[in-house]
Amino acid sequence: MHTKTLAELKTGLTNGEFSSVELTQHFLDRIKNLDSKYNCFISVTEEAALAQARQCDEHLAAGDAPVLCGLPIAHKDIFCTEGIRTSCGSRMLDNFVPPYNAGVVDKIAKAGMVVLGKTNMDEFAMGSSNETSYYGPVKNPWHTDCVPGGSSGGSAAAVAACLSPVATATDTGGSIRQPAALCGITGLKPTYGRVSRWGMIAFASSLDQGGPMARTAEDAAMLLNVMAGLDSRDSTSTEHEVPDYTATLNQGIAGLTIGIPTEYFDEGLNPATEQAVRNALSELEKQGARLKEITLPHSHLSVPAYYVIAPAEASANLSRFDGARYGYRCKDPVDLHDMYMRSRAEAFGDEVKRRILVGAYCLSAGYYDAYYNKAMQVRRLIKNDFESAFSEVDVIAGPTCPNPAFEFGAKGDNPVAMYLEDIYTIAANLAGLPAMSLPCGFVDQKPVGLQLIGQYFDEARMLNISHRYQLATDWHCQSPSDVS
Amino acid sequence: MSIDRTDIEKLGELARIAVTEENIEATTRSINEVLALVDQLQSANTANVKPLANPLDATQRLRHDQISESNHRDDFQPLAPATENGLYLVPKVID
Repeated sequence: MHTKTLAELKTGLTNGEFSSVELTQHFLDRIKNLDSKYNCFISVTEEAALAQARQCDEHLAAGDAPVLCGLPIAHKDIFCTEGIRTSCGSRMLDNFVPPYNAGVVDKIAKAGMVVLGKTNMDEFAMGSSNETSYYGPVKNPWHTDCVPGGSSGGSAAAVAACLSPVATATDTGGSIRQPAALCGITGLKPTYGRVSRWGMIAFASSLDQGGPMARTAEDAAMLLNVMAGLDSRDSTSTEHEVPDYTATLNQGIAGLTIGIPTEYFDEGLNPATEQAVRNALSELEKQGARLKEITLPHSHLSVPAYYVIAPAEASANLSRFDGARYGYRCKDPVDLHDMYMRSRAEAFGDEVKRRILVGAYCLSAGYYDAYYNKAMQVRRLIKNDFESAFSEVDVIAGPTCPNPAFEFGAKGDNPVAMYLEDIYTIAANLAGLPAMSLPCGFVDQKPVGLQLIGQYFDEARMLNISHRYQLATDWHCQSPSDVS
Repeated sequence: MSIDRTDIEKLGELARIAVTEENIEATTRSINEVLALVDQLQSANTANVKPLANPLDATQRLRHDQISESNHRDDFQPLAPATENGLYLVPKVID
């Protein structure tokens, strides 16, 4: 049952091949038996899931079931869930049980999905390896001595190991696409504002965006259908109409022009990864798409711009964790100042502290223009590069990451080496463009991701291309050894 | 631009994060690595380029200035480290 796609499971439920309770129990059993090996879940909500599944079965029997009724999902532990601990991978929120649901959680509940639990992640979504989680690292199901990527590593590994058919995730600089690539699944970061960020714990507000993780583009489209749309509680949420993302999946791709950025195939790219990506591009060409070399001349500045903008916004967003109203408070503070200083020092991990300090520096008097303003100007140059590229092409394609999954500890304590793993993903966040990753091969038995970057609000086109690619290839059907 | 341990102490104060003696060296070193990375921005010609804050160049949607939230104090206070009579308790601020 667990190797079926979300679409197949929906058919199975509708046809009465199995019940939602059976399906839910099956995934809960898998989590119980296998997750000690991967550490994908911070919380498993067994009782609530089974109760929800029972209700779903009633709706399915009565014929008034909502669109994804009875199908299991896991939420990244960054989305607030009423009555269920939401830790954001941090000691700071280890005891935080939100009194409300995130917008996305509500929408998914309304669609009838059954929540299996909350997935592990880099602390406050800051990381590319899942090594910064307070709850320990997630292991890559393909190679348990390797990282799953981050920050949505728990969601990615859970889908790859078939502990959940789909999962929610978030992407600030690549946190959906990079773990999707490293775990061999399909993950989509929508256009900025497409999916509600209400109740999604903020990291860098001008970059953060939630999106779906799945094994196939079709499943990602089904999930995006229920995640996307206006939420008046999020002031950056957009009124742009939501199409049915599944309706155009099967369209032919003949005649489309796919832009190939020269800068994404530079000397930093692993040659075997490049080969897998080039093979995927050839397949798209075989289906009638035209490949066109393009240039994004400011690409090399995307990582530097990001590491000013994201820390600056994070330092402001994370100032809310003060030990006064919720979250961790240090023992026996002597005064208010001591309470702030020690609560934050004791409850934030090294990477989070580093980014807050960098952000405080970039925003401090005398440095604002040199860093923050400069980074925002470079951000416009990066967006302009994309706009001029999109005057000639329909979609952009390249590698998601320069390398396949690396071993734990491989990046040592050099933060910059880790940051450079996101070199091809960050620009889409800076520009606010939708982008996705889908499996396109293996290097040393480790998955490789093909990245597509679309025009604003053109998620449907990326999903269409991905689906056509997946109809012709079987990389997305491959599973780690103990999934069978 | 690089920073030294005095700067880190000042930043720790600004950000309200205690930096301990045992990790100040490592923190200074790693933050300087990040700053060396971001210094690459200085190579960009940004004359007359308007800063981009919202990637869609969108302005925030406004709502009518009407009360839309009810009081949730009873839901929120159980999450606090210390409360009393509906108030949040913190260490004494004024003698």
